[in-house]
Amino acid sequence: MHELSIAQNVIEIVQQNLPPAPHPGVRSVKMKVGEMAGVVIDSLEFCFSAIIPGTPLEGARLEIERVPVVAHCRRCEVHFEVDHYAFVCPSCENIEIEVISGRELQVVEVELLDEKVGAV
Amino acid sequence: MNVITIERKVLEKNDEIARLNRALFAQHGIFALNFVSSPGSGKTSILERTLEHLGGRLKIAVIEGDVQTDLDAQRVAQYNVPVVQIVTHGGCHLEAKLVYDALNRINLENIDVFVIENVGNLVCPANYDLGEAMKVVVMSTTEGEDKPLKYPGMFRNSTVLLINKIDLLPYVPCNIEKLRRNALQINPSLIIFETSCTTLAGIPEWCDWLVEKVPIAE
Repeated sequence: MHELSIAQNVIEIVQQNLPPAPHPGVRSVKMKVGEMAGVVIDSLEFCFSAIIPGTPLEGARLEIERVPVVAHCRRCEVHFEVDHYAFVCPSCENIEIEVISGRELQVVEVELLDEKVGAV
Repeated sequence: MNVITIERKVLEKNDEIARLNRALFAQHGIFALNFVSSPGSGKTSILERTLEHLGGRLKIAVIEGDVQTDLDAQRVAQYNVPVVQIVTHGGCHLEAKLVYDALNRINLENIDVFVIENVGNLVCPANYDLGEAMKVVVMSTTEGEDKPLKYPGMFRNSTVLLINKIDLLPYVPCNIEKLRRNALQINPSLIIFETSCTTLAGIPEWCDWLVEKVPIAE
């Protein structure tokens, strides 16, 4: 259940990047979460929605982009999506591979509400 | 549309403090290990057998992370090594800040190895860098050979795998060759030791490897 502390970090990071109040409020928060980030998306969404009331993010939607696990083969230089955690190059069966994505846990951007919708 | 670009890592604050811990370890010439496993795999027992076997060949200090109680710290303290207990009060993993605070409670002079025994959990601790040199993942034969496939993040991020409780192999349906294959599929460079804290099998090999790995200050 580290999703709760992750949600808290997300809110903290967003708040640090919001313009000074009064601002119109937050429509959505966009995140990138890797398939191998060890995060349960449902749980993160639940924790996020549970703790945003009373913060400047109240009512915001969490939009999550899943990032697949992609690796690079050091021998034959191909990039491939790692299927079922088989860390082997599908073309040359080499195990000397480098994982280049799939562990992301990042706040990408926030979208603010239109000015007229309401002020915080 | 009013969009503010942020592009920041969620765990950046943890990573920042982990860097401070790493610098602190480097400054004192300390080799730090992050021990991770499910609850009950035998992290504390392996630590005890390691302390017994090394008998002072390396100067070891310990941080014990548990959800409740200081029982593990009491066990380790019997070996006359510096030990700090972190009680997370429900927290499922150690974070770099907790380790940073604990390091301030220990005299870091003349220590070769710092063992940070994480909270028993194969999911969350994989994400939190504590500033260690490497993670050592412990799993026991009673947990089944498919564990590495179920918790790939942890096995992928660890350097060493200790397969513990091998004395129970005759009694449990665990195919150890399959277990090794599964672990190496996730992380082909894993260094694997098979251990038993009852028969002491594998403990000398693991300890010798550790001694060789640690750059001891003359």
